[in-house]
Parts: sequence; structure tokens; C-alpha cells
Amino acid sequence: MTARTDTQSAGWREWLTTDTPQSRAQARLGRAWAGWTAFRRNRLAVAGLLIVLALVVVAALAPVLAPHHPYAQDLNNRLMPPSAVHWLGTDAFGRDILSRLIHGARLTLMIVTLVAATAPLAGLVIGTVAGYFGGWVDTVLMRITDIALAFPKLILALAFVAALGPGIENAVIAIAITSWPPYARIARAETLTVRRADFISAARLQGASSLRIILGHIMPLCVASLIVRTTLDMAGVILTAAGLGFLGLGAQPPLPEWGAMIASGRQYVLEQWWVAAMPGLAIFIVSLGFNLLGDGLRDVLDPKGD
Amino acid sequence: MIDIQDLRVSFGDGGDAVTAVDGITLSVREGESFGLVGESGSGKSTVLRAVSGLNDDWTGRIAVAGADQGPKRQKAFYKLCQMVFQDPYGSLHPRHTVDRILAEPIAIHGLDDADARIDRVLRDVGLGPAFRFRYPHQLSGGQRQRVAIARALVLEPRVLLLDEPTSALDVSVQAEILNLLRRLRAEHGLTLVLVTHNLAVVANLCDRLAVMNRGRLVEEMTVEELRRGAAREPYTLQLLRASLGYDRATAESFRDYA
Repeated sequence: MTARTDTQSAGWREWLTTDTPQSRAQARLGRAWAGWTAFRRNRLAVAGLLIVLALVVVAALAPVLAPHHPYAQDLNNRLMPPSAVHWLGTDAFGRDILSRLIHGARLTLMIVTLVAATAPLAGLVIGTVAGYFGGWVDTVLMRITDIALAFPKLILALAFVAALGPGIENAVIAIAITSWPPYARIARAETLTVRRADFISAARLQGASSLRIILGHIMPLCVASLIVRTTLDMAGVILTAAGLGFLGLGAQPPLPEWGAMIASGRQYVLEQWWVAAMPGLAIFIVSLGFNLLGDGLRDVLDPKGD
Repeated sequence: MIDIQDLRVSFGDGGDAVTAVDGITLSVREGESFGLVGESGSGKSTVLRAVSGLNDDWTGRIAVAGADQGPKRQKAFYKLCQMVFQDPYGSLHPRHTVDRILAEPIAIHGLDDADARIDRVLRDVGLGPAFRFRYPHQLSGGQRQRVAIARALVLEPRVLLLDEPTSALDVSVQAEILNLLRRLRAEHGLTLVLVTHNLAVVANLCDRLAVMNRGRLVEEMTVEELRRGAAREPYTLQLLRASLGYDRATAESFRDYA
């Protein structure tokens, strides 16, 4: 039985690593497999991936995993230290900190996903268009980028939140608006290195439109560095969201957002350290996970690698 | 097939302007294989890039297949006239499979039966269907150049512009590619324009050639005359001597022809 499974998996591996794929899907899967093999060699990156996956699982199963309701107050048991009943202690309203952290994972994941889905995409479009067309298009787009870059990120986000009103959605919008310029810069730099390449000239000589060249030829070469940069930035996004929450401009009570939880624990930080320390630890672990993952992805996705 | 009259190309503006091509007139007949020869910087590649439409900043007249061409080309032009680049390591997209590279021109021009076309053109350039789903990094230099030639041929053009198609390859592979080009030309009745600094390649593949120096046409001759060494211009004679190999006495006898 074991022997059969072994030959079966060897067959799969051969199918994936073959030099002569028989179909588009096989070529693509083979490429993904090669990437995964390279990624697996980096133990820390795998640890980062596990942390991020754990965050996703916890967020998905929050109601099942949480031992208590995140809003259930118990004023008789406020500010209890970690114990068998409340593993990570309770906060100023007697709410179970572990349950709040587990539910807060959903908010964190939502913030990260929404920012990752918007800011890098906007940066990619602006950067590749500026880099490919050059001339006045480049000048206009890059000056706008420069202006946006010149503001300190958190302060600009603060201004946006102040204008839009506090709340987690507005915090996400503010973070996305303030974090696209670096992506635009990276995408433009990558575009400039390839736009004079012969394979771009060849595409033009086939009659390809600018849209086709940017979408099909230039963007695939930019996404690798953008994905790496995005994963590395995720830690910063979580911290900015936490910072806005800490300042009372992000998630509003009673939402269990991690930054807001730290803010509410700061009055007790000397006597009841766990109230602020536990969400801080959660932010630390998730940020670390994204950073390790980004580092590993950089090794795998480096376009100069092959 | 190709008519060029008084073609001028310069780069830069005002006082910094460099004239790369300074009034070239030549014509290539249908089905002919024409060589454009000269040392580095003589402007031969610039002529090719202007004809292909890659360089749109030129003056003069360029006509391909009887139709005058402006700086911006119509889609139909690209179906008529394709180009193969010098460096097969730079001319294939590193993230596209051979299949994707060959399917792209078919999609752009809305041609039917992509699968059959790709199979046929791969066989045409001597690569089997086994190569179809490989990435460029899984190919050797010669195989890459075959893919680049296949990409140029997939639109079934009548004119093929070749920019030093063999100079980035090993000597043994160079011969293979030249044989391939000669066979493809015969089979498809292609008109070839070959830019090279290698006179042996020209003698191998071309019927007629023009020698360029410093952006000007020095001399036009047939390959027969080239083989006999029957050049009229001193610059061409010097180029012929240079192509025989390095020799100190010869090198010292060289002078600049402006």
C-alpha cells in the first residue's frame, strides 16, 4: 500500500517537473510546483505562511473557537488575570480577552485583505501606465505620486478619517489612499527596466495595442515585486489600523479591534498588564508572520531568479 | 518589395543631434534576400528599425509592397512584415510559454485555428510539439531563436527583417539557423532583409548586399562580386580584409572613411 502511494506521488512529481509539459495547465502547475519547492526550503517563510493561514482559520471559525461571546460583560469579574476560565484574562468590562482576540482576527483580516486588494492594484496601474508611456503622462502621474508620498502616512490617514468620520471602513479607505504611492513607484521602476526590451518591441511589431502590452507583458513582470512588497507592508497596515484604533479613529467600541483593545487597556497597563499586552502580542505575531512570508516570497518570485 | 528613398534618422535635438542614417536610398525586390552590412554604429540596424515601424522618427520615403508607410503603421502592415531580433535571450518574454508567445499574434490579428497554426509553425522551424508548453528558460539559445523565428512566421508575412539573427549564437548553432532561414525562404517565398556585420553570413544567405558606413550607403554589390572580392570602394575592400581575420599588418593599414 505504502509502496503504491510512493510510486503514485513519484508519478505526480514527474508530471509536475517534466521539461515537456503537454498542456497549458501542466506548464502552469509545474511552474507553481517549482516555486513551492523553492519556498519550502526556507523554514522561516513556511512558519510565516503557517501564521497567516492560522489567522485565516481563526477568523473563519471565530464563533466556534471563541470560548465566550466577545461582547458578554461580567462586571464582577473585571480585569481578572489569566486563569483556567479566562485563558488570557478579562478586560475592564469583564469580557474574555481571548474571545475578543479571536473575533478581532476577522477585523484584522478584513483590513489586510481590503488594503491588499486596492492599494497595490492602484499603484500597479498608475506605475505601469506612467512607465510605459513616459513623457507628460509619466510626469503628471509621478508628480501626483510625489505629492502623495510627501505626506506622513499616519497623519494623512488621520486627516482622511477625520474628514470621512471614524469607523473601520473609513480607516481602510484612508490606509489604502495613503499607501498606493510606493507601489506606483516600484511598478514604474520595473516597467522602465523592461519597456525597451526586445520582447516588448516584438509585441509592438505584432500589432499589439498599448493596453495589451501593459496588461499581458509588463504587468506580469511587475506583480512579483509588488506581491513581495505587499506582504511586507501588511505588518505596517495592521499597525496603522491598530494605531488609528488606538487613537479612537478606527474601529469603534465595542468592536474587538486589536489596536482599540490596546488603547482601552492602557489605563491599567501597570497593574493589569495582560489587558494591553495580549492584543499587542497578537499584532506582533501576525505582523511577524506576514514579514516572514514576504521574505520567503521574495526568494521565490524574484524575476531575475531564472 | 521594399523601397527606401532618402531615409534620414537622427537621435537627440539641436546641437546634440546625432545623424544615424544620412540619406539612404535602396530597394529590395520581391523574393530577394538582401544583406545590409557595416560595422557597429554604421546605422544598419536603425534602417531596419525604421522599416519595421519600431522607430517612428524619420524622414524620407519608405514603401513596403507598393504602399507608402508613415511613422505609425496599420495592423495589416505587421501581418505583411515581421522582424527577428538579435538576442534570443532578450526577445522572448520570460514569463510566457512558447504556446503563449505564438498564440499572441494570432489573437491580435483575430486569425482562426490557433492550435493548428502553432503546431504547423513549430514544425516549420524544426521544433516539435514537445516544445510548445515550455518556458524560454527551459530552451537553449538556438531553440529560443527558432521560437523567435516561429513567432515572426506565425502571421505568414511576406517580408522578414533579420537583425543580426545569428550573432548571439554558438558557431555550430549559427549554421543551423542559417540553414533554417534559407529553407524557410525557399518554402514560403519570403523576402529577407538581413542586417549583419558578418560577411560570411551574407555570402551564405543573400543574393545582393549594400555596405553602410557612418549612416551612408557606400556601395551595392551582388554576392557573386563579394565572393570574387570585386569591390569598387576602398571602404568595402577594407571591410573585406577585416573579415578575413585579425592580422597586425592589416589592422595597421586601416584608416577611417568618413
